[in-house]
Amino acid sequence: MMDLIVNLLALALMAFIVWWFWLSRAEVKQASASAVIEVIVENGVYTPAHIEVPQGEVIRLSFERRDPSPCAEKVLFDGLDIALDLPLGEKQALQVGPLTPGEYGFSCQMQMYRGSLVVC
Amino acid sequence: MPWNSILKIMTEKNIQLSIGSMSCAGCVASVERTLLAVPGVSSAAVNFAEHTAEVAGEVSAQALIDAVVAAGYEAAELRGTDDEAQEKEAAEFAYYRSLLKKALVAGAVAAPLMGMMLFGYMPMLEGGGRIFWAVVALLSLFVMVYSGGRFFTGAWKAFKAHNANMDTLIALGTGTAWLFSFLILLWPTIVPPEARHLYFEAAVMIIALINLGAALEMRARGKTSEAIKRLIGLQAKTARVVRNGKEVDVPIEQVGLNETLRVRPGEKIAVDGVIIEGHSNVDESMISGEPMAVEKNVGDEVVGGTLNKSGSFLFSATRIGADTALARIIEMVRQAQNSKPAIGRMVDKIAGVFVPIVLLIAVITFMVWFNFGPEPKSAYVLLTTMTVLIIACPCALGLATPISIMVGVGKAAEYGVLIRNGEALQRAGQLTTVVLDKTGTVTEGRPAVTNLIASDGWNDEQLLTIAASIEAVSEHPLAEAIVAAAHRRGLALSSTEGFEAIAGHGVRAQVDGARVLFGNRKLMGDNQIDLADLPAVAARLAANGETPMFLAVDGAAAGVVAVADPIKADSKAAIARLHKIGLKVVMLTGDNAATAAAVAKQVGIDEVIAEVLPADKSAKVAALQADGEVVGMVGDGINDAPALARADVGFAIGSGTDVAIESADVTLMRGSLHGVADAIAISKATVRNIKQNLFGAFIYNSLGIPIAAGILFPLFGILLNPIVAGGAMAMSSLTVVSNANRLRLFKPEGAQ
Repeated sequence: MMDLIVNLLALALMAFIVWWFWLSRAEVKQASASAVIEVIVENGVYTPAHIEVPQGEVIRLSFERRDPSPCAEKVLFDGLDIALDLPLGEKQALQVGPLTPGEYGFSCQMQMYRGSLVVC
Repeated sequence: MPWNSILKIMTEKNIQLSIGSMSCAGCVASVERTLLAVPGVSSAAVNFAEHTAEVAGEVSAQALIDAVVAAGYEAAELRGTDDEAQEKEAAEFAYYRSLLKKALVAGAVAAPLMGMMLFGYMPMLEGGGRIFWAVVALLSLFVMVYSGGRFFTGAWKAFKAHNANMDTLIALGTGTAWLFSFLILLWPTIVPPEARHLYFEAAVMIIALINLGAALEMRARGKTSEAIKRLIGLQAKTARVVRNGKEVDVPIEQVGLNETLRVRPGEKIAVDGVIIEGHSNVDESMISGEPMAVEKNVGDEVVGGTLNKSGSFLFSATRIGADTALARIIEMVRQAQNSKPAIGRMVDKIAGVFVPIVLLIAVITFMVWFNFGPEPKSAYVLLTTMTVLIIACPCALGLATPISIMVGVGKAAEYGVLIRNGEALQRAGQLTTVVLDKTGTVTEGRPAVTNLIASDGWNDEQLLTIAASIEAVSEHPLAEAIVAAAHRRGLALSSTEGFEAIAGHGVRAQVDGARVLFGNRKLMGDNQIDLADLPAVAARLAANGETPMFLAVDGAAAGVVAVADPIKADSKAAIARLHKIGLKVVMLTGDNAATAAAVAKQVGIDEVIAEVLPADKSAKVAALQADGEVVGMVGDGINDAPALARADVGFAIGSGTDVAIESADVTLMRGSLHGVADAIAISKATVRNIKQNLFGAFIYNSLGIPIAAGILFPLFGILLNPIVAGGAMAMSSLTVVSNANRLRLFKPEGAQ
């Protein structure tokens, strides 16, 4: 009986991992074009990590790096050919757009910090 | 993806601008109004005395500059990249120290425990032994929080964002080890006696090793950006500015546009500018690679970062801060170092799903040991699951490409080769054909008089004087070369009257009263000039790639003046290098077939496509591509721009100041074809390095994870110790960084 419960729990855990990391989506921050979207780089995540912006507008992002680990020192927008150096403890801002609708991922060099800019 | 975005990078510090052409105090209000009107500006203050403006707000410096320029003034940002680099270095060193401290604290707790375990002094979990273990539990909890706290907060934050990373694996691995041990400490009877093994020391040791690995990696990483540090180091720190008639030393960030700077012998030139007084010789080798010092006179441009050798001069600053040639080179290298080639994008996809997959493997490992493993199950289940989580290393995988690109792009910059992005770096190594433009690429691009053959009764000086006198009024491209040759010999030109250009033939005029004809053989034939043996001489010159021109005075032949665009001294050697690595070399030129063939023969080029109109060059490149060739095109960035863009890799021949040529994937700052061979060699070495890294990282994970899961146990009874797994994990990313660092020692074969 105990064995069955443990096995079922393990299967449930696997299902949860698949659902949580692949099937469900993280909270998306809706941003208006006029304001600067502030992203904090800390503890392995961009906060907010997923940002939705309207199309046809110039988007202003500001990255504040609080993580001294070298993983956090750069943010790369792969599809846009942008690499931004993030000095520790400072805000670095970036202006992009207007972009065509689509999803633009951004990440650290090693893909541990990950986020996306969804233009719709 | 369609490229339709404009990018502006801005900082949220106050922006300092240097404002030029503010002639009156009234301009101050106008500039201030202009600045305040830029969206995002919260305040702007213009200082008329210093010609500067300080702007606060969330705005890019470029937006401000654009606005000020649109209002009719000049503007540039006052900024030094030097401070930034120093700040970064200080922050990195502080982080390195903190990592080392965390590793030491964890190590100090773990080491005695490890020693006791090795020599069998560990007390049992009963009586006084439980008190000992309770103390160990508290000590290790302290270490987990102090040295490993960031893994737990990172894992939790990432989890909330539906993300999993390195921290997730470490936190789960060490966290379960500690928690399981703590439960057994509280209630030993929940597991059979033989399974009552505690893993406090393992959790602490793993954290010590990972911190140590991160610290060592940090140090090794510092070396990967050495190339850019060297470039930044070229910049002068201070400048001597002439203000109110006095020369004052100021930090380079305070040099404004149009300010006058004094440079004395042996000093570095601070910013880009134009000489307004004095003359000197300047060593520009750090920018252009030209080993000889270049003579500079009033009106000549000087480049920031170059070294003044002999004289003292004054110059006016034309480009400052981020606009100088050196700053643009640095920025371009920095951007390129961060871009990824196709090979890296594929790996990114894997790295992105790596951690959740490892979590799944860990659960599967748990289930297999739980259902099929030997007793005591709880001990084996914990050990294998924990080791799987600890050994997996997404960092080595994620780091493999970018770290090598960083070193490779930097290495290329050392050889005067500016590579725009990682994609170009990867492509350069795959080229099968290199197409060279002739003028300015294989040759100097500056025609010069190469031969003077005087008929009987004339000498070279007379010949050149007359030819130069008549050409002084001509606009023919070769005319300049002849006039320059006469000036160089100190010849005084005669007066010319009745100048007439005969299209396709030459020119006719009266020089000092004599009737002079200067042009090709057809011109001589039409005027019934007896050329005697000159046509034979001319034919020999033409076969040598020179352009012969006949001179006739008062109806009699006076001689031949030959002009040629000299071949660059190192073209032949560079082309031989390209041949040696198995590339086909094609020369593409608008010149006539005979001259082109002569040049090609001298430098050893296999194939010549001559008499190509500028507009057709890109079609010729496309035709080669249609034949299955991967084509690299080398030319100047302006006339050859379409062909450069069409080629798989476009190499622009730059010289000195015109860096970062837009249409090119690669800019050869030193203007030598050796740069092409260097770029290809560095590309190959970098791609090889990336592959080694990726191979290592893949092999490491695909062997390490199954072994950690206990795949060798049924056959050999081997299980991996979690501490060994922790050590291996810490070493794997360090190995990748160290391997990339090996690239720093790479030297292209035959490079100069």
